[in-house]
Amino acid sequence: MNTKLIVSKSKFYRDVRLGIENLLLHKLRSFLTALGVIFGVGSVVAMLSVGEGASKKALDEIKKVGSNNIIVSSMKPREEEEATAMGHPHAVVYGLKYKDFSRISRTFESIQTAVPVKEVRKEGRLGERSLELRVVGTTPAWFELVQRPLEAGRVLLKSDMEQRSAVTVLTEYGARRLLATRNSVGENITIGENSFKVVGIVKSESNSGSDVQLPDQEVDAYIPLEVAREYYGDINIKRTTGSMEITSVELHRVIVQVNDIKNVESTSQGIDAMLKKFHAKVDYEMSVPLALLRQAEATKRTMNIVLGSIACISLLVGGIGIMNIMLASVTERTREIGIRRAIGAKKKQIIVQFLIETVVLSTIGGLLGLGLGITIPLFITLFSGMPTVITAFSIMLPFIISIGIGIIFGIYPAARAAEVDPIIALRHE
Amino acid sequence: MNHGRSTGDQVITLEDAYKIYPMGSEEVRALNGVSVSFEKGSFWAIMGQSGSGKSTMMNILGCLDRLTKGRYLLEGEDVSQLDDDALSEFRLRHLGFIFQSFNLIPQLSVQRNIELPLYYLGWNAEKSAERSIEMARRVGLGQRLDHKPTQLSGGQMQRVAIARALAGDPQILLADEPTGNLDTATGEQIIEMLKELNDLGKTIIMVTHEPDIAENAKNVLIMKDGVIESIKQNEY
Repeated sequence: MNTKLIVSKSKFYRDVRLGIENLLLHKLRSFLTALGVIFGVGSVVAMLSVGEGASKKALDEIKKVGSNNIIVSSMKPREEEEATAMGHPHAVVYGLKYKDFSRISRTFESIQTAVPVKEVRKEGRLGERSLELRVVGTTPAWFELVQRPLEAGRVLLKSDMEQRSAVTVLTEYGARRLLATRNSVGENITIGENSFKVVGIVKSESNSGSDVQLPDQEVDAYIPLEVAREYYGDINIKRTTGSMEITSVELHRVIVQVNDIKNVESTSQGIDAMLKKFHAKVDYEMSVPLALLRQAEATKRTMNIVLGSIACISLLVGGIGIMNIMLASVTERTREIGIRRAIGAKKKQIIVQFLIETVVLSTIGGLLGLGLGITIPLFITLFSGMPTVITAFSIMLPFIISIGIGIIFGIYPAARAAEVDPIIALRHE
Repeated sequence: MNHGRSTGDQVITLEDAYKIYPMGSEEVRALNGVSVSFEKGSFWAIMGQSGSGKSTMMNILGCLDRLTKGRYLLEGEDVSQLDDDALSEFRLRHLGFIFQSFNLIPQLSVQRNIELPLYYLGWNAEKSAERSIEMARRVGLGQRLDHKPTQLSGGQMQRVAIARALAGDPQILLADEPTGNLDTATGEQIIEMLKELNDLGKTIIMVTHEPDIAENAKNVLIMKDGVIESIKQNEY
């Protein structure tokens, strides 16, 4: 059994070698024939890697927000929006309540961390520098959920909450705007009318040019939630020329981290159902990065199918080129086929011989095309900065396709070869 | 004249063989009722004008074509009803072909040409190399193994063809005008080679239109209009 295996192995090797030798007899012709497959496979690999790169970028962004997270944001109800636009000055009360936050964080077992977010826009002053700051009142849990490295000092602590300390943590971004440095830790900063002590600076992520909003994207400073509530209240008055808008919002956002990705959807549905009971109007909005992730994956699949179909057309053209040349080759080698048949080759063996030759040709084309397809994305990334990703799939697929092309487009010429009548072929001078 | 059943050890027997080709509304009877037996170890020459049916006879004997009617027994087996694969198998195991135009495969070396039947017999690379080198030596081409057919003379090419025909050790050799493309001297060498092989026990059937060549065979069969016109025995 073992020797039989070796014999058949060496037979396969001889068959492939014979195929290669026959192809090498007409080097230029074989190369030109393989060009179709080379470009076809090259474009499949290149397209897949560009598509893969684009979707990977989108997925990475979504993952940065956290695929286990659910973000509930306060939203001014549409009716109120219209009323304000009409110009009737009145106070609009909407959005998430402190009670909503405690209900959410207490009700669901699947919630690991829940973070309340209160946004305050106040004039801030550090030394000579003065500008409008975007301040977030939150709890220490924020720093568990939005994990960023510390630049200096510390983050908000539980004791800050309990003692209602007037302390603030600047984001890297806010620190830059305020011209604060590491040395600013320990200094006092004025936010609105109140004075805060800077206790730390954390790094922040910026995500410019993307659809995905990161939680700390436009934040200059963090202060304890209770302090924000006490100092600034819930009412915000915005004066624009000729009109005045008064809004009252308790919490601008609640960010929830779910313990397991499996529970994200059910938890978000649960939160939505619960909030509906307490909110007469729809004055909040749910955003689930996981849903976006799913959507991005679906988009990626569609894109791959579209790009793949286009590339398949070029492979089809390549395959037809191969078939054409193989048919010509069969005619040219009628005599050889006749000799082989007369000696005792069965039709099946003639088919196998020509099929191997075609598959060898298309596979070599596929390998060269793979080289081309890996090179093109490198240049795309180099010149346009567009990310490209070569996956095992995008290498295996065209490889399998090129073998498939050899078989599909080789079978007809091979069958034609097998039908050669040895008597006529041998008379052929 | 008994050219039907003789009592010897028949290796090839045609019984009332017909080969009829339709030609429009007419039909051409290339073999029109032929019965003949060739004994094991015999050396036959088949002669005849072109159109006499000798080529058809050769194709039938070579299992390249099938009879319209009648029986063909080869090595005791009726091959007239076999399918294409089985006929290929018969050619491979029992027959060796030698052609007028040599019919070597041009892109293959001498050695690889000789190895062809061994490849289809399923021999491994080592054994077939050994055998083909032995065969090449036997026909005096041991030094030309890596040459391509185009680098050889006509006589050398025909010797390669003989080596190839012998490689699988078939008992019957079919030679179709083996000297037709060779000068007289070279042709004689080839005939000598065939005679030696016959002496070693191979059955040889040779088609020729040259009486001088036919004289080398032990028996001569003359075809005319699809039937056997005469059979004679050469004496030497």
